[in-house]
This record gives sequence, C-alpha cells and structure tokens, in this order.
Amino acid sequence: MRRLLVIAVALALPPAALADPPPSGIVHPSAPPGTPLVELGYQLYAGNCSSCHGSKGEGVPKLGAVEGAGDVPGAGPSLRSVGALSADFYLRTGYMPLDDPGHQPHRSRVLFSNHEIEAMVAYVASLGNGPPVPKPHPERGNVAEGLHLFTSHCAGCHQVVARGGYVTGGVAPPLSNSTDVQIAEAVRVGPYLMPTFSPHAISDRQLDSIIAYVAYAKHPDDRGGWSIGRLGPVPEGLVTWWIAIVALVASCLVLAGRLKS
Amino acid sequence: MTKFKDWLVAGAVLLLSKTHPSRRDDEQRIVPDAPPDPRAETWVLALFGLASLAAVGFIVVYALDRLSHQTQWLGVTLGLALAFLAAACTVIGKRLVATEELAEDYPQPDDHVGDQEAVVEIVEESGDRLSRKRLLKLGGAAAGGSLGLALLTPAVSLGPVFDMSRFYGTPWTRGRRLVDERGRPYRADGIEEAVFYTAYPEGADRETIGAPVLVVRLKPAALHLGSHKPVAEWAPQGILAYSKICTHAGCAIALYRKPTFPVTEPRPAFVCPCHYSTFDPATGGTVLFGPAGRPLPQLPLLVDPRGQLRARGNFDQPVGPSWWGVRMEKPNP
Amino acid sequence: MIRKVVRYLDERAGAAPLLRKALRYVFPDHWSFLLGEVALYCFVVLVGTGIYLTFFFEPSTLDTVYHGSYRPLQGLHMSEAYKSVVNISFSVKAGLLLRQTHHWAANVFVAAVILHLLRIFFTGAFRKPRTLTYFIGLTMLLLTLLEGYLGYSMVDDLLSGMGLAIGYAVALSLPFIGANLAALLWNGPYPGGHDFISRIYIAHVLVLPIAIGTLLTMHLVLVAARHHTQFTPRSERKVVGVPTFPGQTPRSIALTLWTAAVLFLLGGLIQINPIWLWGPYHVGDATNGAQPDWYLGWLIGGLRLVPGFDWTIGNYTLVPNPFWGGALFPLVVFAFLYLYPWLERKVTGDNAWHHVLDRPRDRPWRTAIGMAMLTWIVFVFIAGSADRALVDFGVSYVKQIWVYRVLVWVLPVVVLFVTKRVCEELLAGEKVESERRAAERAALLDTAG
Repeated sequence: MRRLLVIAVALALPPAALADPPPSGIVHPSAPPGTPLVELGYQLYAGNCSSCHGSKGEGVPKLGAVEGAGDVPGAGPSLRSVGALSADFYLRTGYMPLDDPGHQPHRSRVLFSNHEIEAMVAYVASLGNGPPVPKPHPERGNVAEGLHLFTSHCAGCHQVVARGGYVTGGVAPPLSNSTDVQIAEAVRVGPYLMPTFSPHAISDRQLDSIIAYVAYAKHPDDRGGWSIGRLGPVPEGLVTWWIAIVALVASCLVLAGRLKS
Repeated sequence: MTKFKDWLVAGAVLLLSKTHPSRRDDEQRIVPDAPPDPRAETWVLALFGLASLAAVGFIVVYALDRLSHQTQWLGVTLGLALAFLAAACTVIGKRLVATEELAEDYPQPDDHVGDQEAVVEIVEESGDRLSRKRLLKLGGAAAGGSLGLALLTPAVSLGPVFDMSRFYGTPWTRGRRLVDERGRPYRADGIEEAVFYTAYPEGADRETIGAPVLVVRLKPAALHLGSHKPVAEWAPQGILAYSKICTHAGCAIALYRKPTFPVTEPRPAFVCPCHYSTFDPATGGTVLFGPAGRPLPQLPLLVDPRGQLRARGNFDQPVGPSWWGVRMEKPNP
Repeated sequence: MIRKVVRYLDERAGAAPLLRKALRYVFPDHWSFLLGEVALYCFVVLVGTGIYLTFFFEPSTLDTVYHGSYRPLQGLHMSEAYKSVVNISFSVKAGLLLRQTHHWAANVFVAAVILHLLRIFFTGAFRKPRTLTYFIGLTMLLLTLLEGYLGYSMVDDLLSGMGLAIGYAVALSLPFIGANLAALLWNGPYPGGHDFISRIYIAHVLVLPIAIGTLLTMHLVLVAARHHTQFTPRSERKVVGVPTFPGQTPRSIALTLWTAAVLFLLGGLIQINPIWLWGPYHVGDATNGAQPDWYLGWLIGGLRLVPGFDWTIGNYTLVPNPFWGGALFPLVVFAFLYLYPWLERKVTGDNAWHHVLDRPRDRPWRTAIGMAMLTWIVFVFIAGSADRALVDFGVSYVKQIWVYRVLVWVLPVVVLFVTKRVCEELLAGEKVESERRAAERAALLDTAG
C-alpha cells in the first residue's frame, strides 16, 4: 500500500520539475559590437562545441581524444553538412551543449542569447551545404490526417497523444513543449535514437498535418472532465484506488463500527 | 380569497406540524423506544431538499442545448443528488432509527445431523432394487458423458479448430509488390537509411497479421544475416523487410531505434512498444532484449526491372505470436 | 397502509414469517464487512449504465468512414464499433457521462472485490462453514476480470486492439491446445473473423453478467444461510449485531447511494479512456505506453519480466513465452487462492467450524503467507508500469527490469519473515500487557484486602 502511495505521489509531480539542469561552464566570448555573425558564431563554437565536434566541425570519431578548446574529452558527429536546421534544433531545445557525449540529450534551459544562437547557427550553416531552418505551415495541415500519420510514424515512441514514451536505450520525449519549427526540425534531423524522415518518407505537406495534430494534442478536446495526463489506464488506476476507494472506505467507516480493544 | 387562505394555513399545518403518533407500551414493543431527535430531522429535511434541487438541476442541464462542459455539469448534479440523499440516509441510520443489538444463533456442526442421515438413506434405499448397480452407473456415465460431448460438438463450427493451415499463411507471394498506405509501390531507390517504412502487400487485406511489414535500409557492410540468407535475396541493396507483428504478443512493432552517432549509442533496432522486445534488423531479426522467444520473420525481396520492391517469396517463418506448431512448417510459398 | 401491504403479501405469498425473519436478520457491525456491499452496489451501477450503453453500441468491425461532430477524426477509416462509441461520447446527450461512469464503476468494482477478498483472507473468514461462499466469490472475481477485459476490448480503439492482440497471444501460448483454442474463439488467426466482436459482445453483455449475477445471488444466499462472521469478544454460538430493519437498512441504502455518487461524480469530472484521443485500431498500428485497465496490470508485468525464450523440443514448441506471465502466473495465483482453505486445514489440522474471525496477527503464518503473495503480485504489477516510471524519473528500463526480476522473488521471502515476526511481536506485546494488567489488578486486590 505504501509503495503505491509513493508512486502515486511521484506520478503526481509535474515532469517539468525533473528536467536536467543545464551543463555548467558555458563560454561567452566578449566580441566587440559589429563583429560579423559568422565570426561570433565561430568564437562561440570554439569555446563550447569544438571539444566534441572538432575544431572545424569535422567531428571527433573516438571518445576521449581531446581536440580544440575546452577540457571536455568528447566525441561527436561531424557538422559539415547538417546545416542551419540541425544547429537551430539542438541549440534552441537546449539539447546542446551536452555535458557527457554518452548521455541522451534532454530538453533544458537554453544558456545562449538569441543573438548567440543565431551566430552559431550561421557558423554551422557556413560549414557546408546543409538544409536551412524549415518554415512549417501547420494551418495548411489537417488534424485528422495528422492523427493518422502520427499513429503510423510517431506514436510507437511518442505515445498517441504525444505524452512521450520509452525505447530500449532511450526516452522518446513528450512533445508538450515542442514548437512547430522544432517538430519540423526533429522529423528531418532524427535526434539521438529517432529515425530521420526525409521529404520522401514524410512530405512537407504531411509534416504540416503532423505539426497541426501535435499542436492539437497539447490541448485536445477534453470532454469528460479532468484529463489526468492522457496516459490511459495507469493514472486511471491511481484515481480508482486513491480517490474512489478511499472515499468509499471512508463512507464504510462512517456507517459502521470499528473494533473496540 | 379567504378560502384560499384557509387552504394555505391548512397545508402549512399539515406540512410543518410535528406528528405525535400514539406510542406503544414498552413491554409490547419489538423495536426499542428512544427519544426523538428534531435537529437530526431538520438535517435530513435539508438534505432531502438539496437532493431534490440537484436532481432537478440534472434535468435542467440535460435540457440545455448549448452548454460547455455538459458532461461535467451532468455528473456534478447527478452525483450531488445521490450524495445528498446518501448523507440523508446516513443521518437517518446514525441518528433517527433505534440502535439495537440483536443476537441470533449461529448454525452449529451438529444442527442437521438427522437430516443429513435421512437424505443419505433416501438416496441409498432408492437404489436397493438395482442388482447390477456398478454396471448401471457405468452405463449411465457413458450415456451422460457422450450426450454432453454431443451437445458440445456444434461449438466446433465456431472456428477452424483442427485446421492450422491459416496460421502458416500470409498474403505474400513471389512477385507481390510492396505498397505504402495509399497503395503506391515502394521503389528501391526511395528507401533511405535511418528511416523505417511500413509496407503492405498490394491488393491484399491489410487487417491480418501477415500483411504489414517493416522496411529499412542498412549499409551492406553492417549486415550479418548468416550463410543461409544470401544478401542478394534477403537484402538487395541493403534493403530488408520484416513482419511488423511482434513474435511475442502480436503487437505492431512501431518503433525503429536509429542511432545518430553510433559511437555513443546502441545499434539500429526494432522495438515493440507493448513489452519492449527489441530485434536486430542487421542479423535477421534476432532478439536483443525483452520477452520475445523467436526472431522477427523476414521477407525475402527482389527489385524488379522498374526499380520497384517485390516479395521474393514468403516469410522465412510464420508471423505473429508463437504456438505449438510455429517451428514445424515454413509459411506457404 | 403498511398493514394492508403486509396482509396483501401474506395472503398471496405466505410471506409474513419470512419477512419477519428477514427484518430481524442480524448484521455484525464492522466497517470491513461493508466492502463486499460496495462491490455489490458497483455491480448494480454497472448493470444500469451498461444496459443504457447497449442501446447505442454497434458490435461490428465493418469498415466505415467517420463524418461525425469530432473534427480530428473526420474522414478516417474505422470500425462501426469504434464509431458508435465516439458517437456515444460526442453525440448522445449524457452518453459520455454514462460511459465514463460505467468504466469507473468497472475499475472500482474490481478494487472493492479485491479489498473484500483481502479482508476475507486475512481474517480467516474463508474457513468452514463458509468455504463454498469463498469459492463462489473467487469464481466471480475470475469472471469479473474477464468481463472487464472484454468491455475494454470491444470498443476497437487503439488500446483495445493492442489488448486483444496480447490476449490472443496468451491464448495461443497455451501448450498443446493454444492455436486450436484461439482458432475456435477468434474464428481463425488474429484478428479473426468479423463475428469475433459479436461473440465478445454477447459474452460481455449477456453471458458473463448473468453468470456473475447468478453466482452473486448464490453468494448472498449462502452468507445469509451461514450468518455473517464476527470479531472477538463475541462467541461462536451467538451472532450479535444490528437487525436488517430498522438498523441496517438506512446504512445499506446510504452506502448504495454513496457508491453511486462517487461513481457518477468520477464519471462526470474525471476523464476515463478518452478513446477519441487513442484513435481507431488497425493491425499495423501501436502506441507507446499502452496499458490494460489496472486490474490486469499484473499480467502485463508478468509478460514483461519473463526473459526471452520459447521452450522447444525439436521443432515442437512446448511452451511459447507469453504462457509464463500471461497464463501460468494468474493460474498460480488463483490456484493458491482456491487451495488455501484446504492447505490450511491440512497443515494446522484445524477442521472445526469458525464463526469468530481472527485478527491478522492471531495467525502469523497465514498473514505472512498472504502478505508474501500480495507482495509478489503487487511487485509484478509495478514492473508492468516500469516504462512510465522511466519517462517520469529517467531510470533505465533495462536496469529496472533486471532489478524487478530479482526483487520479485526476493522481496516476498523477506516480507514473509518480517510479517510473521511483526505478528508474533504484536501478540507477545499483548500478552505482556494483559499479564501486567492482571498483576496490577491482583496487587490492587491485595492492598484492598
């Protein structure tokens, strides 16, 4: 019983409180005003990213080989052709910088200013011929088609109402805090363990529908009362025991006697 | 007018005045006497009133046509009506009816000894005329048993209980094209690495466990299918197809875990979201983790001259969850 | 007025002696004796709301396209069954209230039944002369689990379909007969024939409710025939308590109403199984984090904990994997529950009748065995929701499963001995206390004398 209580209390906590603290040791170079964006981006990159992604974005294939600035021995993929799209996604979600390259990136507080992010995105974009930041148009999408596509492509990991889920070896995050652009980016990037869906697999028009559905799923039609997380039977079971059964046992206690010792 | 006033007064008196029924003598009573409790009575009356109000509220809410959160209002009004009535009954039970303690005899082991004996005797003595008792019993049991079986026999019509062939069958045959959800054929050059595709057999019923397959492309160097599965037949151009139905409990395998940076993350794998059985597409669908007891059935492929994906034959083993015969036959070609 | 009614009944049915006896039937007074009543009233609510829902539900898996009032499903292919439940939720006035109340009532019903069972077990109320009542109760629990599962499965939303697939796999996994049985029930391999849904529908709304109702009646008749048990200091000869009328009646009516009130409030205020969010089921679709209703959670835990192997002899698959967690596990639990009264009689040699209940501490071994069993089941149950725990707390699922695989066997043994010890300590404490009181009384008498 007590174990159930602990779980009940724990499940009642907002998951947001459990987000990872951002990594410390962020370098903010003091560039004079008027420095070109790409130049500022390079300075930021050199200070914060190069230990894992290499001094010129060529990547570090093996863990432990310290290269570039910083004292983090890391390994990371090449950024030569990932483009503004990837950089924008990883920086604006707070996925990067990552304190341990072996960890799954988690959404966390972004420690760079908007200008700094734009600078780094510009620098990474200058490294090669990568895709630009996408401009989705969810208003052109269709929620019903989005639900259908989301069920086929996404629900296996992210749960059908986008509350997040589990994969062996990783976590598929809930999409409650994702912006439209971030969803469009993630589908094309495939961060961490997620598949990378090209425009052949999911067209831009279909992507608009998926984004429209995810936006809808943040605040769906909650007819029928308090949604208790939209997770289905687990919270329903907790309500059964901790609200209904508690109330009914209390009424039994009021109505009948107890043992007198 | 005065008559109306008289009626009003009479009604009020009838409703509000306290009745004093003639009380019986204590010796004659069955239910013990206790003094009245006017305060509790007032509570009960108030609760009855609230219950009626809430119940009427339910009807009103039901009658309204454009009400947001109608389900909630319906629930609250009906729930409160029931709760007020429950509270009234609780007060009645705790305060307004006599609290008495009665005792009754419990049944005891020897209560019915005589009756038990009588029943045994009746049954036994009734059989005294039978001279071949054991044979008759046996015959009776045989008749009853076979009649029971006979009555159960029509149940066999419910399903193909002895015909296991359909368990080995799937809609896949040599040359059948792999199509997407809208029925468009998949092209080999349209299958990209790091994505997973769900394909169906062209022109077949999709709502069977043999139909949906997962299609992925891996680097040919990463493949370890074994010597009995030539890459040209099972993974042309590195394209592999597996049944989408988990061999553990029949859920759809809707997860493809694809590492962005293989140095620090695990290898590509299919994962079933029900019990997290994890399968390796590079080694012929072998189980990496979880409760599945069998690899994922693989579909051999061929790329036709137009570059479209077709099945080269049927799966290498039956699809879906295991049963006693799952390893005895291959799916029908 | 009252006299007239009684005379009418007696003249036509000879009911007066029976009525008189019934009105003065004795109910021993303890709150835990009302748990079974709560279950009974949930059943009443279930039947009432269920009858209403049958007027709108369409038991058919025929394909149709939705064009109703809920926009996010418009134009999607779905079964008639699923569409009719979406319509109950969105187009039938008060339909969603009744549907949600029905589902909450099912969840609470099983919870109340299990609390009632725990009370019966830990107080020894299953002993002679009430063994038959206990067996009937267990059978009802078994049927109730099946009844709930079928109700969940009939809707044909994404979770229903996944649940049915798992049920099919468990049926298929039965050694020697699995595939034949599944072929019979489903009319062929999964997802079976179009007639399958009408089979589970008729089972859910007719066969099982009638079976449960019949057993319920027998259960109550047997309770009345043997009288209710009671706690010490009462005797084995006389049952003492409140009469049906006037004492118990308002309480039972109040409890009926409280139960209905809680269920309708939940049904109106807290969402349950929002099937319009899950979407329709197709064989090739699945969602992360799918779970059965809570009372089958122990089975999903069992299915997940078993390591991956099928037991084979040559090409013959003797035991497919889902058998262990999905079939054998519940079989062992129910076999334990059915056999326990007999086991206890054999071991203790106590063949006597017992009208007076034990407190759990009075029988350290029984309490310890029961707690160990409960720990086993609850722990497997928790293992079934390990994936949700992972998303919320960030603990690796694979690690969790390995921890559970060990703890599921270790913890019950620990609980067994700890519980036994606690019971014995409590008893010893009571003995010391009573001796102290006796000594004090003796001393007081001495000084007075």
